[in-house]
Amino acid sequence: MMSKKLTAYQKVMLARDTKRPKTEDFIQALFDDFIELKGDRLGKEDSGILGGIGWFHGRAVTVIGHRKGRTMEENVKYNFGMPEPEGYRKALRLMEQAEKFGRPVITFIDTPGAYPGLEAEEHGQSIAIATSIARMSSLRVPVIAIITGEGNSGGALAIAVANSVIMYENAVYSILSPEGFASILYKDASQSANACEAMKMTAKDLYDFGIIDKIIKEPAGGMQEDWAGAFKDLDKVLTKELRKYDSLSDIALAEHRYQKFRRIDENYLLDERKMGDR
Amino acid sequence: MSKLFDDRRKQLFTLKKMRENLNGKGDVPETTYTCPICNKEHEKSKLSLNLYVCEACGHHFPISARTRINQLVDRKTFREHTGKLNSSDPISFPGYLNKLGENQGKTGNTDAIVTGVGNIEGNKVEIIVLDPTFMMGSMGSVVGEEFTRAVEHAMKHKLPVLCISASGGARMQEGMFSLMQMAKTSAAVEKFSQMGGFYLSLLTHPTMGGVSASFAMLGDIILAEPGALIGFAGPRVIEQTIHQKLPKGFQRAEFQEEHGFVDSVVTRKSLKKTIGMLLLMHTNTKG
Ligand SMILES: [Zn+2]
Repeated sequence: MMSKKLTAYQKVMLARDTKRPKTEDFIQALFDDFIELKGDRLGKEDSGILGGIGWFHGRAVTVIGHRKGRTMEENVKYNFGMPEPEGYRKALRLMEQAEKFGRPVITFIDTPGAYPGLEAEEHGQSIAIATSIARMSSLRVPVIAIITGEGNSGGALAIAVANSVIMYENAVYSILSPEGFASILYKDASQSANACEAMKMTAKDLYDFGIIDKIIKEPAGGMQEDWAGAFKDLDKVLTKELRKYDSLSDIALAEHRYQKFRRIDENYLLDERKMGDR
Repeated sequence: MSKLFDDRRKQLFTLKKMRENLNGKGDVPETTYTCPICNKEHEKSKLSLNLYVCEACGHHFPISARTRINQLVDRKTFREHTGKLNSSDPISFPGYLNKLGENQGKTGNTDAIVTGVGNIEGNKVEIIVLDPTFMMGSMGSVVGEEFTRAVEHAMKHKLPVLCISASGGARMQEGMFSLMQMAKTSAAVEKFSQMGGFYLSLLTHPTMGGVSASFAMLGDIILAEPGALIGFAGPRVIEQTIHQKLPKGFQRAEFQEEHGFVDSVVTRKSLKKTIGMLLLMHTNTKG
């Protein structure tokens, strides 16, 4: 059964539900012998991002994702899935390592956004995100991103520059949190329910725009009602997506990703040269 | 003709009409400027001769893309690329098309960016300037596309790139289309860089959010104007998050220089010379 009657706001609530599987749950279910790899090699480990290597049907892959907790204690430890620059630098280190050894990169997106803190700014949140986006765009290995919960702002995009961008049906992906959006555009954070609709942040909206490539259906009540089903569906999709890129050379993989983002809005620009009076 | 194309033409027509009706009228020409730092009053003509820098305290006033180009680029050498591309209001955001039309009328630009090729101290360079007077220089699909086209043009013609940022960040009214510009522009810079191109980024007030976290911070060399606010999250958001007041000078150009994110803070008066010299140093490498 599809949950197509849900409003965008209801989807945001489902996407944030703590009962929804988290990056750690997906990793445990889909990858064998996962080994976590920590640290940015520059002085810090940020556990708001989780990364490592595991087997996916006998193939070694690098897995990176935002880490949200389930309990308050976990959430404080993981900073509610809001990475600091060090988290993005770790992610980039692991992606470049994957490229060196020819491993596909699979990322899980579930974050309220990059952490807007004092230290995060002092340590270069902007350049950490910018560098991750730029370098990710040219990786010579397949990159698949899955948006499982909420993907907000550059903090989500920093690990989502992928050949295939997949969303669960009730996941949301947006320029900013609905609260932040409402406080900027309506000067009132309590207008966030309205913002959810206006922002066009649901999987369906983004699929129709051509911004994402695939939607994984969820049962009524969301995938939190059926973890096993959610894992099985993703397993199938990942297998298929990875197979798709098997035939591409390393250079072609990078070029495929470049062209994907290069042309992402080509049908949404008005060019007076092409549409002149006639 | 497809319906989509038809709709788009209609939108374009509406925009053009608004732009023409407003041309020049939306802009209230100011004759005096008050310095927000020292409160000194300046006559526009005098301030303009001083490159819009307060002679009393050194405050750098924000300037439009056109003024910036006039200040930096050698006379009569600028050939513009922009001016034909318009946003299609991709997420149908209420009031956005009107806002675009108003800003087009006010600034005479189609969006918050002007690009082209010109000479600086005799060095030919691809020039990209964000316009803080057009919706706070925010980046939507047009800014991202024009930026990327300029970098591609530079790649094709083996030119260095100078980008002058002044932006509040991603343009909220284009939703995810704005977020995608961060990927598009950063990927273009990455490609340009891998081909050995020289990318000089100048950060001016303000360079924030989605612009700061993409192409603005990717320069081979990053310069900043004094006092420019540069950062990912805005000061208000940070204060609300950490529940404390931010220290004086937080996220300013000098702070970024001190923390290692900016190569050098350069006054507006020295910019042309410094940029010219850096461009020259990246062309003459043989002894
Ligand atoms: Zn002053």
